[in-house]
Amino acid sequence: MVYKIDPVKDLPLVEEFRKTPVGRHSPNLMRILNLLRYDPSGYQTILVARIPFKEWILGVMPPNRADAIVLDAKGEVFTNREDAEWAVFCARWRARTGHAINTPRHISLTEVDHA
Amino acid sequence: MLKLLGYPDTYTAAPGETVSFQISAEDNQPYEASLVRVICGDCNPDGPGLQFENIPSAVDGTYPGKRQTTDAGSYMEARVKGLDRTRSISFAAMIWPTLLDRDDQTIIALDAASSGLRLFMRKGGILTLETTAEGQTQQISLAKTPLLERQWYSVHFTHDAKSGASTLSQRPVKPFAQVRDCGQAEGNLVPLTGLAPAVMLAGRPKANGVIASHFDGKIDGPALLDGIHPHEVHSDLLAGMAQRLKGQVLAFWDFSKEIQGIRAVDISGNDNHGTLCNAPVRAMKGWNWDGTHHSWTDYPAHYGAVHFHHDDLYDAKWDTAFSLTIPAMLKSGAYAVRVKCGENSREATRDFYMPFFVRPPRRPKGQAGKRDRIAFLAPTASYIAYANHGEHITAREAERTIGRLLEFGHADMYMYEHPEIGGSLYDSHLDKSGVCYSSRLRPVLNFTSQYHSWLGGHGSALWQYNADTHLLAWLENKGFDFDVITDEALHEEGIHLLEDYRVILTGTHPEYFSTAMWDGLKSWIDSGGRMMYLGANGFYWHIAFNAEMPGLIEVRRAEDGIRTWAAEPGEYYHASTGEVSGLYRRRGHAPNEICGLGFIAQGFDVSSYYRRAPDAENPRAAFIFDGVSDEIIGDFGLIGGGAAGLELDCITVALGSPPNILRLASSEDQSQQVMLVNEEFGVVPPNLGGDQNERVRADLAFYETAAGGAVFSVGSISWCGSLPVNGFDNNVSRITENVLRRFALEARFDT
Repeated sequence: MVYKIDPVKDLPLVEEFRKTPVGRHSPNLMRILNLLRYDPSGYQTILVARIPFKEWILGVMPPNRADAIVLDAKGEVFTNREDAEWAVFCARWRARTGHAINTPRHISLTEVDHA
Repeated sequence: MLKLLGYPDTYTAAPGETVSFQISAEDNQPYEASLVRVICGDCNPDGPGLQFENIPSAVDGTYPGKRQTTDAGSYMEARVKGLDRTRSISFAAMIWPTLLDRDDQTIIALDAASSGLRLFMRKGGILTLETTAEGQTQQISLAKTPLLERQWYSVHFTHDAKSGASTLSQRPVKPFAQVRDCGQAEGNLVPLTGLAPAVMLAGRPKANGVIASHFDGKIDGPALLDGIHPHEVHSDLLAGMAQRLKGQVLAFWDFSKEIQGIRAVDISGNDNHGTLCNAPVRAMKGWNWDGTHHSWTDYPAHYGAVHFHHDDLYDAKWDTAFSLTIPAMLKSGAYAVRVKCGENSREATRDFYMPFFVRPPRRPKGQAGKRDRIAFLAPTASYIAYANHGEHITAREAERTIGRLLEFGHADMYMYEHPEIGGSLYDSHLDKSGVCYSSRLRPVLNFTSQYHSWLGGHGSALWQYNADTHLLAWLENKGFDFDVITDEALHEEGIHLLEDYRVILTGTHPEYFSTAMWDGLKSWIDSGGRMMYLGANGFYWHIAFNAEMPGLIEVRRAEDGIRTWAAEPGEYYHASTGEVSGLYRRRGHAPNEICGLGFIAQGFDVSSYYRRAPDAENPRAAFIFDGVSDEIIGDFGLIGGGAAGLELDCITVALGSPPNILRLASSEDQSQQVMLVNEEFGVVPPNLGGDQNERVRADLAFYETAAGGAVFSVGSISWCGSLPVNGFDNNVSRITENVLRRFALEARFDT
């Protein structure tokens, strides 16, 4: 059976991801990321570089290539990849667990109460 | 989005030879062009940055722009003599449809779009016969007996061009209980007042010259006959009894003949041979394949099918914007024509680089080479293999694979919206069959400066061509005088091409080799050459070039290896040459035999470092570590942050690594995303990742050859991404420089 994310017990893994969005992860965090990074509906969140290495926005690639990629043109503009990874992680976490993580990436989760 | 894009007609040119450039200005806007020598194509601000040398040339200037489009889709065209004299016709073929979801798929079209006859398949697999004359179109269909996907059918029609009386029928080769897919119909269609000789299979010409309404699937044994003949006539033809119908068969195309080329041979005796256009796949199992033969060369009669795709593409055939004759004094190197129509912005990229390589002047055959120079062997076969690599668009697990969000730049957005420019050997057609042909005669959006690959590792994110420019930048920085030669030149000339060189440097990922390429390079090494293999997962897949389609390569992803698609059993042999494709390792020559190392692991998140091994202290390796006492090597880099990453190779003597090989260093602390490759295990182990599997490592290796030459291999794709760090002053750079300076000396290595 595929692992079911526990929004309370797994919260330390969220902190691990916040610190290092791209890089080596613990096996337990890796398991969660492998779950969050795949959407069986075929929709795929992507990062769109408007200015290489300087500016990104999010987009959604639809299941059918005949349909256009939808850009989140009015959404957040990211100036580094890690912040975008964090934003997408938080959105996916909420969609999967029903629990929100409304904390900017530069603030440690241990400094705020998520109960 | 891209506002300019284009392609050269060759990736390799010698002084005096001419390269043409095909360019699309998407807004029909004028643009400027100039020639540059490419030093670095990476615009990562943490690296050396984009570096070009402007070369004044005849292409300098402003050009009127025009938008160009690509007409994808394969088909067969022929002119059938006698068709214009017929009063009634019959047609039969075996078909194997592969994409029932697409509408309007032509099996055969006679005459032009405004009038004529067509057998086609409507969405859902509904076989339909249609005639058009004097502005009127009529059809009969087998709507109650839809075709099944990937099943063979015999299809047949007759048409009396005087009365319009027509019949249509389909018969499955393999009937299934409860399935109603055998059907026939008859009716009166608009009578054709006359037929022109033009015949097309798997496509239909439109009035504007575009070929549309392509078929996705296989066609085998198509035959056109003069007069009304029953469905059974096809069985007689397929059984070789055409003589019985002498004089009545207008054309009977046997695709099992001349499989290596593009001609569709008519065996009716009327010489109505056809041409297969845009590279449909040949050497395909036919309706009668029964598993007794797996090579088409052994029994071609079982390989009478051609697989057509609406998204096949060999040659985009864009109009030429301008040409450049390579000046006699232009030194060998990596070049590009840059086109520009304004400044880049958030919405648009307005410059584009069309790369090519200038090789040294051709040396006459029979004239001995000087053997004193250094050359970079640009892996153009691998560049073509990855041309327009689109797994980030089509594979929904790609984000898991790379361990971070998929990044799309303007080129990726264009690639997404323009599938007609064709995929890479990693992609699949829309009908889910693998792309086994890739050509450079089309815009290739990932073979250009500035492009960042979704697969290329965190940081600079470079793969193939642009990753190799890190090496070019390093050679420039260190002041080495070097030539550039290419895979295609090696394929054509073999060891003759290499005889001028004492040292050959490979690219970061020279993965695809033809037999002639392998034999040429191996012979050169065995005769005393010195090779620096500066990448990983090299010498891995066997490819074939096609004598009748220059610039096209073929692979069959047979049986084993890292495969994004798998060839069908029985289809492991190149149509282009008849050789078995697949991994060199499975053909009996592992990469270890040519470079000392073989593919062991891959992972695309972050890279790692090497730690010195005991062999680093061996006096034979002293020159390599001159000035480098560090225990840790390459714990930095623009590709994933380390010199050991993306794909890794290691020493395995049992696979052909020479017994005298020195393991100078090995990588460690690879992430759990870097995993053992599947040809390395039979039973799936629970410890695939680098955090649990001691075999997941890159080996830095050196060995001398019996002829006094030597090989230095780094075993990592990301090695060259560490060269530029700290102004090219670091231990990866120093080791590489030490090796190149010694390899360039005439003195033989001890044997």
